Amino acid sequence: MTDRALVVVRCGALTTVQDRGRPGYAHLGVPRSGVLDPPAAALVNRLVGNPPDSAVLETTLNGCAVRPRSTLTVAVGGAPCPVTVGGRPVGWGAPVVVPAGELLEVGAAVAGVRSYLAVAGGIAVEPVLGSRATDLLSGLGPAPLTDGTVLPLGAPSGPPARVDVAPQPGPPAELVLRVTPGPRDDWFTTRAVRDLSTRGYRVSSASNRIGLRTEGPALERARSGELPSEGMVRGAVQVPPDGRPVVFLADHPTTGGYPVIAVVRAADLPAAAQAVPGTPVRFVPVHRR
Amino acid sequence: MRALPVGEHALLLEGTSGEEARALHAELLRRRAEGSLTVREIVPAARTVLLDGLDDPARWAAELASFDVPPVPPCARELVELPVRYDGPDLAEVAARWQVPEDEVARIHAGTEFTVAFCGFAPGFGYLTGLPARCHVPRRSTPRTAVPAGAVALAGPYTGVYPRSSPGGWQLIGTTDAVLWDHARVPAALLSPGTRVRFVPVENS
Repeated sequence: MTDRALVVVRCGALTTVQDRGRPGYAHLGVPRSGVLDPPAAALVNRLVGNPPDSAVLETTLNGCAVRPRSTLTVAVGGAPCPVTVGGRPVGWGAPVVVPAGELLEVGAAVAGVRSYLAVAGGIAVEPVLGSRATDLLSGLGPAPLTDGTVLPLGAPSGPPARVDVAPQPGPPAELVLRVTPGPRDDWFTTRAVRDLSTRGYRVSSASNRIGLRTEGPALERARSGELPSEGMVRGAVQVPPDGRPVVFLADHPTTGGYPVIAVVRAADLPAAAQAVPGTPVRFVPVHRR
Repeated sequence: MRALPVGEHALLLEGTSGEEARALHAELLRRRAEGSLTVREIVPAARTVLLDGLDDPARWAAELASFDVPPVPPCARELVELPVRYDGPDLAEVAARWQVPEDEVARIHAGTEFTVAFCGFAPGFGYLTGLPARCHVPRRSTPRTAVPAGAVALAGPYTGVYPRSSPGGWQLIGTTDAVLWDHARVPAALLSPGTRVRFVPVENS
């Protein structure tokens, strides 16, 4: 058995393997999936000398702990959190060497939701449709980690970056999401379209990798009836019958029958992945370029 | 046909009918294959086709208005035959709604040629059209928490086959042993948009 492997000692609330996902199969009902905070994942990959699409671990709120079977370089980024090796504090947002058999602890996030752990060589589970990502909606890819899971690792492809600590944006105190209206804004009253951007929303604790759910005033429909199912994009602001907007994230369904009032700019979605429940959300309409 | 902008990099093309959307989908696939359309995803649905991952949606919205979209020729696509046992728990209810005896449900269903209008809900789940309007049935008022893999089901204008066990609210009329989705197989999905489908009755074993 190869010794290039990680043993999961504490899987945490929800830790999954993620990469850039599996775009190109939505017409078969396969979600895009992939990391929720791509800049954070790309950065930790760069810190350990990986290509940006190498598979990493994505934790949720309370981190995880792993024990490598061989000495390797790791980096933790995304949501800021304490990081220890063998109980000793080490750098966050920096390449760190973990000796074989030592415990690497990714602590609970002190801000934000999702921390990313990259290891030199990447997580090398078997890809499904070209991706190692865990898709929680459709069940494709590896199952979420459990205590005792053994993860195979790839061969390191490049030297770790020579930096002490890489700067990363902090999680937002207020989540500002720029949106372009439509395609189904005509399904809502003009007041609802105004409410979306002027009334306050908050991130709901029911949010997950499928969608960022919100709490706030219900958006009023201008027409009743059902919308025939249509294709959905990441960032779509879908409004279910309870009127509270849901922002579709990586594991969103590929088609849906609730109207989409607006679509969030792709550049603003990583922040949405790091907004803890209760964070104020402001939808800011912008014109198309 | 209308082109609705969807965010920065996508367009939702809306036809006046499912048939128009089907023809547009076929034409978009043809243009992508010949290299005149560069796009990451082409996602057909009930009356729309989503183009996701376009460099310049505004330009395409203008260009699409001048598209000449030929109708989809019948029998253009491969035919998949699915063996089915008409033994679903909702067979009696469907028969009552169709106002026919139960064995007539099987005869009508197996005598219909379906087309995969689009996929969604789960990998490999196709929405199959072909049943006449008098055979459309509503979803169950209370969805089942677990529908077995291979269940052949009806809802609205559609027939579908559950690729794996999942919750579901469709009316179950039968069971197939066909493997709808196997990600180790190429292609992973047995049915894709445009595939023609026939259900072939087999005896209960």
